[in-house]
Amino acid sequence: MLSIKNLHVKLEEEDKQILKGVDLEIEAGKVHAIMGPNGSGKSTLSYVLSGKDGYEVTDGEALLEGEDILEMEPEERAAAGLFLAFQYPVEIPGVGNMTFLRTAVNAQRKARGEEEVSAADFLKLIRARAKELKIDAEMLKRPVNVGFSGGEKKRNEILQMAMLEPKMCILDETDSGLDVDAMKLVAEGVNALRSEGRGFLVITHYQRLLDHIKPDVVHIMADGRIVKSGGPELALEVENNGYSDILAEVA
Amino acid sequence: MGDVAENLSLTDARLAEMSLPTGGWSEAARSDALSRVRQMDLPERRDEYWKYTRPDTLTQPGAVPAALFNNDEAPIFGEMDRLNIVFVDGVFDAEASDDLSLEGIRIDRLAEASADIHWARDLYGALEAKGQDPVQRPLAALNTAFATDGVLIHVTGKPSKPINLTYHHRSETSDAILHHVIKLDAGAEVTVLENGPAAARFNKCMEVDVAHDATFHHVRAQGRDHERRAATHIFARLGTESVFKSFTLTANGVLTRNECVIELTGDDAVAHVAGACVGDGDFHHDDTVFITHDAVGCESRQVFKKVLRNGATGVFQGKILVKKDAQKTDGYQISQSLLLDEDSQFLAKPELEIYADDVACSHGSTSGAIDEDALFYLRSRGVPEGPATDLLTLAFLAEAVEEIENEDLREEINARLSAWLERHRS
Repeated sequence: MLSIKNLHVKLEEEDKQILKGVDLEIEAGKVHAIMGPNGSGKSTLSYVLSGKDGYEVTDGEALLEGEDILEMEPEERAAAGLFLAFQYPVEIPGVGNMTFLRTAVNAQRKARGEEEVSAADFLKLIRARAKELKIDAEMLKRPVNVGFSGGEKKRNEILQMAMLEPKMCILDETDSGLDVDAMKLVAEGVNALRSEGRGFLVITHYQRLLDHIKPDVVHIMADGRIVKSGGPELALEVENNGYSDILAEVA
Repeated sequence: MGDVAENLSLTDARLAEMSLPTGGWSEAARSDALSRVRQMDLPERRDEYWKYTRPDTLTQPGAVPAALFNNDEAPIFGEMDRLNIVFVDGVFDAEASDDLSLEGIRIDRLAEASADIHWARDLYGALEAKGQDPVQRPLAALNTAFATDGVLIHVTGKPSKPINLTYHHRSETSDAILHHVIKLDAGAEVTVLENGPAAARFNKCMEVDVAHDATFHHVRAQGRDHERRAATHIFARLGTESVFKSFTLTANGVLTRNECVIELTGDDAVAHVAGACVGDGDFHHDDTVFITHDAVGCESRQVFKKVLRNGATGVFQGKILVKKDAQKTDGYQISQSLLLDEDSQFLAKPELEIYADDVACSHGSTSGAIDEDALFYLRSRGVPEGPATDLLTLAFLAEAVEEIENEDLREEINARLSAWLERHRS
C-alpha cells in the first residue's frame, strides 16, 4: 500500500535534516504504529507524506500503490487515497463543517473521474457516520472545528476519514489531548474503518492508544530513522521501560 | 488666495456645463442645494475625507469615457418576483420597466412628479442637507441640484415584492445623475434592490426616511464594468423601533465611492450597513460611513469586507457618533481586507466619538492574507488550491453577506461572488 524508501527530508528554510533515511512498508489491511521520543521526526513524516509546505525531500521516495506521491499536490495525494488525521485540526471560521466535507468528497470524486454525490445522498451518509461517532447535527452545521473541544476536533477528523474512505490513513498523535472516554470513541471510529484494502499508520507517544487500536507492527523512530520494528509487545516495552533502553540497545 | 481662486474655478468649471432644472415643486430645494455646492466647493484631494480617494474624475466637467463591458452573466435579481424600474445611462426606460403601481406603495418619477407630491417636497434634499454637517458631501448637494431623474417611493404598507432599480450602461461617455427619495410610513416595510453599472460616471443619491416601526431593506450590486466610476450617497433617518439594513456588493469598477449617512433619531432603532467588495487590478473602492446615535437604545452595525488583488485599493472611513443623550447605544464596526498579494492596499480610518456614558461600542480593522494552515487543511482533504482559496475567501466575506436577511438574496450575492472568484483565480 504505502512504501517509503530511504526518505531524507530537511527543512526548506534552514539547513536542518529531520528525516535521515526512513524505510517503511505498510501493507493493505495492516495497522502500523510509529512511536518515538519528541523530535524524532514522527510528525514531519506525516506532513511530508501529505504535502505540507516547508520541507524539502533530499533523497528517497514514497509510493502509494506504486505511485510516487512526493511529486503530487496535496489535493492529488488526497484523491489518490491518502488521508492525514491532524494532530492539531485547523479551525476554519465561516466554512460550515457540512459544506467543507461535501466539497472535499466531491472534489476527490471529480479528480478520480467519478460522479458527484447528490446533496440528499450525502446528507444520509453523513448523518449515519456522524451518529456512530456521536457527532450531533449541530456540530455538522458549525464552522469547521470552530469552538470544538479537543475531543470533538479529533472525532471530526475521524468523521472526515469515514466520509472520504481513503486507502491509506495516517493518524498523527490522534490521542493527544483526549481523555480516556474520548480516546475510546475515536479508537472505535478507527477500528470500524479497518478493512482488507486499507492501511493505517498510527503515530503516537504513548502505548495507551494502541490498547484500543491494536497494531500489527510497531516501529520505534529516533533521530529521523526507524531504529527498531516488532510486534505489539514492543509498544508495551516502551510503556514499561521508556525509550532509553531501546535507544541504548540500538545505538 | 491662489488656492481659493483655483478651487472656485474647479467648481465653476463643473457648474458651467450644467443647467439647473427649473419650475416644479423641487425648484427651491435644487436652488438651495446649488448654494450649498458653491459654499462648500467640490471636493479636492486635500480635504480630510478625500485623502485616500482622488476626487478629480468625479468632479471634472464631463465623464472620463468608460468602455462598455460585455457581461455574459444573467442579470442579477432577474429571476425574482419584483417590480423592475429601468434606467439606461440615467434615462428612464418606460418600455423595459414594469408598471409602477403596486399595493402598499406609490412610485412616481422625479422628472414627472407633479406638485401634488407634497411628501417629497418636504424631503427632497432635506436629509442630504442635514447630512452635510459635520462632514461636507458636496457631490451629494450637486446631485440634489442637478438630478435629471429618479424615483419617489412612498411606502404606506407592505408591498408584496421588492422594488428593483436596474441601471444599464450603454454609452461610453454617459454622465448620469439620479436622485431617489423613499419614505416609509409607520409600520411599513419594503425591500429596494439596485443593480447595474449605470453610466460611465454615476452620481446617485438616495434619501430614506424610515418612520417608527417601519423596516427598510436595501441590497445592491454595482455593475461589473471595469471602467465605470460612481459616487453614491445614502442619507437615512430612522424613527423609533425602525429598522434599516443596507448591503452592497461591488465587483470591479475603476472608482467607487459609496457614502452612507445614517441618523438614528428614534429610540430602539436598528441600522445595519454592510458591504462586500472584490477588486482585481485597476480598482479603487471607498466606503465612507457616518452613523449618528441621537436616541436611546439604538443598535448600529457597520460590516465591510474587501478582497483585493493585483494592486487593487480599498478604503474605509467609518464613524460612529454617539450624542450625549444616546444612552444604551450598541455600536459595532468592523472593516477588514483580504490582500491576495503584496501590491494591493487597504486604507482604513475607523472613528468613534462618544458623548454618552452608558454605551457599548466596538470597532476593529484588519488586513491579512489567506490563512496558509487552513488552505493546507482543505487541500489535504482533496480540495484543489483554487476552489480552496475561493472557499476561504467566501468565508472571509461571509460576515458582510450574512447581513442580508433574505436567504434568496443572500444566495444570489454569494453565487455572484463565487463566480467572480472563479474567474479571477491566479
